[in-house]
Amino acid sequence: MINRASYFFLTLALLLPSLLAQAQQQNTETGPVNELLRSNGKIYVVVTVLTIIFICIVLYLVRLDRKISKLEHQQQSKP
Amino acid sequence: MAKHWWKALAVLLLLYTIIAGFLVKIPVIENNEQSTRNLFFHVPMWISMYTLFTISVINSIRYLGKYDLKKDILASCSANVGVLFGVMGFITGSVWATYTWGGTLTSDPKQISTAVALLIYLAYLVLRMSVTDIDKRARVSAIYNIFAFALLIPLTYIIPRMVDSLHPGSATSPGFRGRDTSGTLMMVFYPAFTGWTLLGVWIYTLLVRYKRLELKNIFK
Repeated sequence: MINRASYFFLTLALLLPSLLAQAQQQNTETGPVNELLRSNGKIYVVVTVLTIIFICIVLYLVRLDRKISKLEHQQQSKP
Repeated sequence: MAKHWWKALAVLLLLYTIIAGFLVKIPVIENNEQSTRNLFFHVPMWISMYTLFTISVINSIRYLGKYDLKKDILASCSANVGVLFGVMGFITGSVWATYTWGGTLTSDPKQISTAVALLIYLAYLVLRMSVTDIDKRARVSAIYNIFAFALLIPLTYIIPRMVDSLHPGSATSPGFRGRDTSGTLMMVFYPAFTGWTLLGVWIYTLLVRYKRLELKNIFK
């Protein structure tokens, strides 16, 4: 658990400068995704936001689910 | 059953938020257009995060008073869920910024200071993982948590409101409350932030129940 987390933070720290440099470039491009998100008065930005929130909460619940299964497994093998 | 009414309330309020949030008539403010509806989804993330971090710091102080490990569990779980909501707020804000400000990660003071505040709380979680002794971990992280909270408020609330920022509600760009002539924004906004906060507290209680079981196992 500790190892996995430290790997994650190390990669994040190493990637952050390059990510920031890329993101500094202004987003005024016209890809199909950008055009869709700007259409209909930018309503799809709100849809994207709600989808992101939903995915994050589900991922967090899956993580919690796995932790609880692990604990149940430990308790079954102990007594 | 009487203990669970607030969970049902959270679900009902969120249902109302999602349906009314897309249907209600909103004032069109400059280039925000319809993305003003993010007020019902992005802003409550931060209110939920503040609530959870406040629970966290209160329990850290209570832990330092009596050295009761149960308080440490409350503090760590609420900080954990608080970071989840903070990260969601940051990502959703970045997506919105891409289509209104023209850049995903800009040099806007609000975005930078929020990222710093979130990193401080991520460091809290890393600090907890790095100390293996339970009592030592609880004491060190409780003190760190108080400092983290003391930085959170100026970084995310005070500084962005004093300097020039593109974000609505700063010194140069006004918030939405003044433009909301028909009162429809606030009609959805208050249920929205209550609902999202209750959802955050719900996830937090689940994590607390898990950690309590784990601690019981250790002391066996």
